[in-house]
Amino acid sequence: MPYQIVVCGGLAPDPLQTLEPVPGPAAPALKNEMMLPGVLDPWASHALYEAAHLAKQHSGSTVKLVSLAPKAKLQQVLMTIAQKVPFELVALDGPNNGFSDANETGKALGEAIAKLNLPKENLLVFGGWESATRGSGVVMQVIAEHLGIADVFLAVDEIKIEDGGSFTVKERVEGGKHMVSRCAAPPAVLAWATGNLPEPPNHPQTGMANMRVIMPSLQKAAPTAVGSGMAFASASLPKQVRETRIVKDTPAAEIAREIAEWLKQ
Amino acid sequence: MDGMDDLNPLEQHDATPEPKPLDADIVCAGFGPATGGFLTTLTRWLGTEEGMAAQSRAFPGMPPQVICYERADDTSFGVSGVVTRARAFKASFPEFSPADVPMAARVTGERLAFLIDRTGAARAPWWMRAAGNAIQALGMATDSAFEVPYIPPFLHKGDGFIFSLGQLNQWVGQQVMMSGLAQIWPASPVAEAIVEDGTVKGLVLAGDGTEVRSELTVIGDGPVGAVSRRLDEELGMPDGHRRDEWAVGMKFVVDLPESCTLAEGTVFHTIGFPEPEIFGFFYVHPGRVASVGIFVPSWFESPVRTAYRYLQHYIQHPYLWKHLKGGRLRSWGAKSILESGRHGEPYLCGDGFARIGEGSGSTNVLTGSGVDEAWLTGVQLAEAVIHLYKQNLPFTKANLQATYETRRRSSWLEEEGKVAERARSGFQSGLFAGFMGMALAGFTGGKLSWPRPKEDKRPATLEQFYRTRLSPDRVRALRAKCEADGTALHDALMDAAGWPGIEHDGELLVTHQDALLMGGKVQAPSDAPDHVVIREPELCHDCENRLCIEICSGEALRPGEAGVPAFDHEKCVHCGACMWNCTREIAPGVSNIAFCAGPGGLHSAEN
Repeated sequence: MPYQIVVCGGLAPDPLQTLEPVPGPAAPALKNEMMLPGVLDPWASHALYEAAHLAKQHSGSTVKLVSLAPKAKLQQVLMTIAQKVPFELVALDGPNNGFSDANETGKALGEAIAKLNLPKENLLVFGGWESATRGSGVVMQVIAEHLGIADVFLAVDEIKIEDGGSFTVKERVEGGKHMVSRCAAPPAVLAWATGNLPEPPNHPQTGMANMRVIMPSLQKAAPTAVGSGMAFASASLPKQVRETRIVKDTPAAEIAREIAEWLKQ
Repeated sequence: MDGMDDLNPLEQHDATPEPKPLDADIVCAGFGPATGGFLTTLTRWLGTEEGMAAQSRAFPGMPPQVICYERADDTSFGVSGVVTRARAFKASFPEFSPADVPMAARVTGERLAFLIDRTGAARAPWWMRAAGNAIQALGMATDSAFEVPYIPPFLHKGDGFIFSLGQLNQWVGQQVMMSGLAQIWPASPVAEAIVEDGTVKGLVLAGDGTEVRSELTVIGDGPVGAVSRRLDEELGMPDGHRRDEWAVGMKFVVDLPESCTLAEGTVFHTIGFPEPEIFGFFYVHPGRVASVGIFVPSWFESPVRTAYRYLQHYIQHPYLWKHLKGGRLRSWGAKSILESGRHGEPYLCGDGFARIGEGSGSTNVLTGSGVDEAWLTGVQLAEAVIHLYKQNLPFTKANLQATYETRRRSSWLEEEGKVAERARSGFQSGLFAGFMGMALAGFTGGKLSWPRPKEDKRPATLEQFYRTRLSPDRVRALRAKCEADGTALHDALMDAAGWPGIEHDGELLVTHQDALLMGGKVQAPSDAPDHVVIREPELCHDCENRLCIEICSGEALRPGEAGVPAFDHEKCVHCGACMWNCTREIAPGVSNIAFCAGPGGLHSAEN
């Protein structure tokens, strides 16, 4: 059965950047936010790679990436992501700094997906279980509610399609274990943890093909406000102590022992 | 594009397509100021009514297909200490305001300072020490520095801007991309040019070997770019031209402390410390942020060429430390600078290709300026391409020479390049000759210069360089210990030679390893092949200086087995200094270190 897979994914600052919250006119913002290089949110990236993998196995399937982010920054990041896997883009031009409202974000994404008028009998909505910006962990549930989809899976590591169209889903649960559920049929919302797939290497041809639909989508991205209902009392960085030592091939047990020693100090 | 219909994302889902050739009209290697100038100028024209009439020669009926491949993971990951008069840039953007680009500022004040060594560890010549002592004795020094009351006009940047190169590239790149008339693909290192029967037919991407065939290949991959160097090996250099003068430029981007009162746009140029051969800079960006850095040149006699340790000493000089103390390291980066200037200019064009930017010999070593010159070369090539499109002429060597090269030869770039051509020749004879040579060339418009000696200065051996400080036995003992520990020699030698230890504060003064993560932000895919390759390891066995290890900006090269340096590509910042510091050659002019195209490197947008 071909699937219509929609992946929700925003941007996050490149994980190696120096982040500093600063007061903004209505809400906190990140200092020099527009100058920070970005990446597709790592959790959403896993969801996108899993979606492409699933689509490849089921001929006729499509993958659409619905992304809420500043348009110029999104375009910049997509020049890398577009080389990874084939997808179409639905762009929403809005803030993506971790200080937006999760409910409004979910609603905006849900509305954008609804406007696609995709048949629900083969609709799978993917996204990240968490976010590298300021994960509230609820956006995917809000999207499901907005779309009227009852089957929602969180912290997903695997989806396996079975004969007849049903599928099983592995969700992470406490204690390093998975809970396996069987779902009779789409539609379903899957909020991914890390999945099992590595980051695909770049393929220039894939990038060139994706670009044909990315640029028009970016040009018509509608401005989207998602922070109006929030009030922040304060925002600050966690205190951190950095003591870097780069080692190779150290056994995990040895690393754990050192960390435990450090924590005891 | 070739086979585009087969690759429509709406219809196909093969995530691992076999590499097959792509076609384009113009393909560029590297995105920096030169390619920025090229694409800005070209896409502006393509967006005009006249430009829209231009047809792709690869895909008749479509507009010209223009593609740029950049090695770094983002268009904003460049490194440079940029203070520039920005003449060419301002011509491209007459309405430009520094507020448009983060970290950009107008130059508001400029000082040239002679820094006096207070550690006693620098190897200053007697006359420089005497001058320092005299300045101190006469009460002319402030914070152990003498502010030179006169800045030669050729050094002035008074009407220019301070930039973060990363932010400038990002700003330019976004505008080019949003035009929809050119594509810039980051994370796409280019291995080499496709050369068939003496004609360049496009590029080969390093990742999966995809060939991108084009009518014109624009090479702007910088001084250590793989495409440039492979092409030089193929074509050779014009008579009398050679690339033999280099420097490592290393910089910190610092959050200045609240106590700092320097106005944004302030520029310091410094000489004298941490070693007399090492020049330095300090620029104040908006938002209480500064770029501070040094240049370690190839004519620096010391075999201990660690830019990182020297930069830590540099920022602690009292003249700078009073502004920096209490600051915080935001970012850090390093790059090789090709300082041969016009003297290192390769063949600028040939059938199917043209070269622009620093790798084309555009940097002016007298004025200490390269970004604006690189931008201009890109603009000139774009103007030439536009002319050829209008005339419906092919991109042959003759046509490119008549349009691009002619423009370049008749511009201020060439005029000033000639003035600078021999400006630094004196440094091959010594510091005094070097400074005199710069003054002679600068004040006479290049008519006079200090003659270059028949043999260039070579790095001394460790024993020679430290002969007045350390016994040969001590040097040998330190070398043996560092080899056993797998560490570079520079820290041990500098400690032994009297340089004060660096007291790390975890904020601004951090270990080199910490800088890789909290300042340099280095990242590389773990499964990528090594891009630094020792071609003939046996040549390393009896190499005692191992400058490649000492100068490595990321501590990626370390003593390895049997004297062969070990390379960790996850730490490499892609500065390329190992290549030009290698003291062994496998053939005349061919270094024993191959610096290939590879992914990863710095992930900072602030450098």
